Amino acid sequence: MQPPKPESRTHIQTKNLSVYYKNTLALNNISVEIPDRAITAIIGPSGCGKSTLLRSFNRMIDTFDETTVRGSVLVDGEDIFSSKVDVTRIRKKMGLLSQRPSPLPMSIFENVAYGPKIHGMRNRQQLEVLVQKNLQIAGLWDEVKDRLNESAASLSIGQQQRLCLARGLAVEPEIILADEPTSALDPISTRHIEGKLHELKDRYTIVIVTHLLRQARRLADYVVFMYLGELIECGPAAQVFEHPKEQRTQDHIKGVIS
Amino acid sequence: MKRFDLRNAEEFFFKSLMLTTTVLVACCALFIVGVITQKGLSSLSFEMLTQTPKGGFYLGKEGGILNAIVGSLLLAGGATAIALSISIPIAIYLNVYTKKNSWLAHLTRTSLDVMCGIPSIVYGAFGFTLMLTLGLRTSLLAGMITVACLILPILCRGIDESLRMTPKEMIHASYSLGATRSETALKVVLRQGFPGLLSAVLMAFGRGIGDSASVLFTAGFSDAVPTSLSQPVATLPLAIFFQLGTPFPEVRSRAYASAFVLTVMILFISLLARLLVRKLHRHVIK
Repeated sequence: MQPPKPESRTHIQTKNLSVYYKNTLALNNISVEIPDRAITAIIGPSGCGKSTLLRSFNRMIDTFDETTVRGSVLVDGEDIFSSKVDVTRIRKKMGLLSQRPSPLPMSIFENVAYGPKIHGMRNRQQLEVLVQKNLQIAGLWDEVKDRLNESAASLSIGQQQRLCLARGLAVEPEIILADEPTSALDPISTRHIEGKLHELKDRYTIVIVTHLLRQARRLADYVVFMYLGELIECGPAAQVFEHPKEQRTQDHIKGVIS
Repeated sequence: MKRFDLRNAEEFFFKSLMLTTTVLVACCALFIVGVITQKGLSSLSFEMLTQTPKGGFYLGKEGGILNAIVGSLLLAGGATAIALSISIPIAIYLNVYTKKNSWLAHLTRTSLDVMCGIPSIVYGAFGFTLMLTLGLRTSLLAGMITVACLILPILCRGIDESLRMTPKEMIHASYSLGATRSETALKVVLRQGFPGLLSAVLMAFGRGIGDSASVLFTAGFSDAVPTSLSQPVATLPLAIFFQLGTPFPEVRSRAYASAFVLTVMILFISLLARLLVRKLHRHVIK
């Protein structure tokens, strides 16, 4: 074990990453570094490529038809788009929270146990411990401990999103990718999720896509600002928000462009 | 003001049209059930349900239609099992493995739709040719294979449609946890589509048990309950057909009783389907 370094190391890095959907350029030559154990917010107006960038980090971009990816994405220094890479191993490293929670068609318990089971955990007791631990981390345990066998569909949407967080954490990822995770939630559930992300950032690298500037201000340690498929500016949150270098960043923060 | 009245009249006209047609359909169903009940109920007895035909059954003597009841259940059950084991891989392949605009998926779905429209007597003729090629005689097995061909497109498209409803986000959620496509297909997609799959199975079973033309040349007919796959087997639709063709009123009445049995069986299956679908809906994410 290495002692934790005071300065953060780069966890995810893209080099000249371009992504096309059919013939439409969605990401244009993006080179960015995402630091370890901090919250990085990707901000920008709708359609600027925020989600596409996020999808490239765990190769979910593969599941969309007719996409072309150029350049590279390095996770822990490994090029994940290399043909030798086992994509399931890459995805296991990352938990994903989507815009709308998407629980799996099974019980609350099975939802959390799904990932570990796939990766070979069979022991029921181990699974029970793991499920409880992750539901506790996600702040859902007290609400569901008496009804673990009920369907995940019976939960409220805010609870479902926390269930998805627990499910993602159960495969012991190093990175949490969140694609506008609170856009479908009410204010109380939003605060819940934001609070959890804040707690988790000491242990995980968190990348959150958001179009809410206030959310980015509340959460982010680093900010990546994108506009029309291009990376405009990135850096520590305080610097980007208080002293943006680029005119377009300034305009976006002030609300001139959105 | 006049325009307003016209619109009201139009509304009234369409409302009554829709109501009339709806009631008409319900009446047709009730009428059919009513006729077979009225004509057949008098001949329906415990003996008829539990005995095989004795000598002279078709001339009005003793016996029952147990051979046809058991035969139909075996035949439709076997055919459904065969068709299901072919349909599930197809439906999974179409929904999890192919791309959205895949020509193969398009071709497969079109072929299945065409196959849905082919009359069952054609399947019977096809089954008969297949039988001759394979060296089979009229038998339970030949009947099962033919009926399986008949219900395959219905079953396959039914399952396909129910799996197609799986939200993309759900599939992506499974992938993002590091699941492979096959794990996602078996543990998530099939589970989400299971109620739909089950109702497709029961519908196909109902279609299979009620078809006569496809089994006419292939399954044959027998007064005994078959003890092996290579023996010919009786089916309810053919039992109805043969009994209805006799000049004896009591035998014709038995034909209606047999029709009543078949209808009740199919009714039972569809009720079961609805019940199970409702019950299994528990885990389905809307």
